[in-house]
Amino acid sequence: MTESLQLNQDCAAMLRGDQGPALQFAMQLVERAAGVMGARELVPVGFAHIDACFYSGRAHVDFARFMLEAGARFEIPAWTNNGLVSLANERIRDPKTEMARGAKELMQLYAELGCRTVWTCAPYQLPGGPGFGDHIVVGESNAVSFYNAAVGARTNKYGDYLDVACGLTGYAPLCGLHTDEGRRAQVLFDTSAVPDGLKRQDIYFHLLGTVMGQHAGKQVPAIDALDPEVGDDALKAISAAAAAAGGVEHWHGIGRTPEAPDRDTAFAGLDPTRTIAVTLDTLAAARHSLTSASDGTIEMVALGTPHFSFTEFAELVPLLQGRRINPATKLYISTSRHVRDLAAQNGWADALEKAGAEIIVDTCTYFSPAVRGCTGRVMTNAAKWAWYAPGMLGVEVCFGSLRECAESAVKGEVWRDQALWRGLA
Amino acid sequence: MMAELQARVLYPGAAEGPVLWLDEPLSFWGGFDPATGIIVDNNHPQSGVCITDTILVLPATRGSGGTPGGVAEAIRLGTGPKAIIMATADANVMIGAAVAEKLYGLTCPVLEISQSAFTSLQHAENMSLTPDGQMSF
Repeated sequence: MTESLQLNQDCAAMLRGDQGPALQFAMQLVERAAGVMGARELVPVGFAHIDACFYSGRAHVDFARFMLEAGARFEIPAWTNNGLVSLANERIRDPKTEMARGAKELMQLYAELGCRTVWTCAPYQLPGGPGFGDHIVVGESNAVSFYNAAVGARTNKYGDYLDVACGLTGYAPLCGLHTDEGRRAQVLFDTSAVPDGLKRQDIYFHLLGTVMGQHAGKQVPAIDALDPEVGDDALKAISAAAAAAGGVEHWHGIGRTPEAPDRDTAFAGLDPTRTIAVTLDTLAAARHSLTSASDGTIEMVALGTPHFSFTEFAELVPLLQGRRINPATKLYISTSRHVRDLAAQNGWADALEKAGAEIIVDTCTYFSPAVRGCTGRVMTNAAKWAWYAPGMLGVEVCFGSLRECAESAVKGEVWRDQALWRGLA
Repeated sequence: MMAELQARVLYPGAAEGPVLWLDEPLSFWGGFDPATGIIVDNNHPQSGVCITDTILVLPATRGSGGTPGGVAEAIRLGTGPKAIIMATADANVMIGAAVAEKLYGLTCPVLEISQSAFTSLQHAENMSLTPDGQMSF
């Protein structure tokens, strides 16, 4: 199956073992994956976002230790996704369990392998990352979707170990979203029936992404029109929701995203194979798929899936400054150390903590032990959190806007901005 | 009378055992518990079934970047199948098997077959397979 794969001298030398057993094994994995994926050649990659640092069992630790002891080190920038535990927030660590010990050991191993330990699922919020046209290797689903769509960098969705193998060798199979053909839009989402007022609300992007995930299948979707002024937080929301609800790895927002200045460019001159009408009804259906609970008292508000950005902090602070979150309700904000430090410099972290919020870094709220004890109703502004949490945590979820989440945290029960949901009940 | 079929080898190895034929795709991360070998996805028609030591025949996997870890962990713990045969190739399953063999010396071949071959295996009881992908059942 790999007879037709063309390897350059560099790759052939790795495969022979000229650069040691770690790179030999890594290249064997890349070569076999290329065979399965039908690639005829490999493409050099200049950046990796490593997902295998997220503990899922002893095999993850054994793999990283094997690579480290066999002499492997990342030579391209390799940034880490979230860990299963936070190395910074002492209180939410749980060192008593084997899982927490393994998770910490695994995170340490990836640091020793030469990763930049950013511990974030939103690496695109940090400076110095990849740019338009760069071939990269990413495993985290929302980051795959964001880098492809919003940045115009090129990556397939790499599973655990293959992300490390590609990152260590600096090569990936040339196929799928690394090629022009694989990136072309195929299915059009027509949003002309959606009122303009709704298109300016943060909930719209979460709902639209969910609709795209539910209807795109394996095709690359394009939104018929996306305001050029729409910010990165909205692109993050669409990326994360579409990836969670249906596995979308690349999408186009015509008029906004870099490969879609117009419809013809996005579709490479071809017609859409399908057109899906986005209406108030389809958005309402998406809203219902993100809500498993009726409104009522809430135990927790979860913000920051994917990680909360600097601009999201800027929106949240005026909503909570000088107020007090209901003592029966926890408000968690997941973010990266980098963004937390920026928020702290502005005095925002302090203001939010005074209001009773807790900022969690390095991990996701739905994996942290503090949140795992939660059994009641949870409100979130993140479609991705709402999509996964009922299954992963067994909690009931209410989806709402950032403002609704903040007001609800203060009140201790779900508060609705009725005007926002007109037509979406 | 034995029947034979040729599969595409995604990861080589020989195996022999009882066939477990799954009606629907399986997620090896989230839908399956490597500690017990049991399918835990409540929406899967074979939820509660143990895949340990079977020749696992399935239409596809449900996508997750965690798949290789789930496969490798099950092979490490001895709860995994003896072989995995899919009607839709998945590099993640192959990577899990390759890593498990490298780290633990335990072989779980991974094969791809056509949709019609998949359908024809629905009532197969036992199967043996060779490292070059020859299946006898």
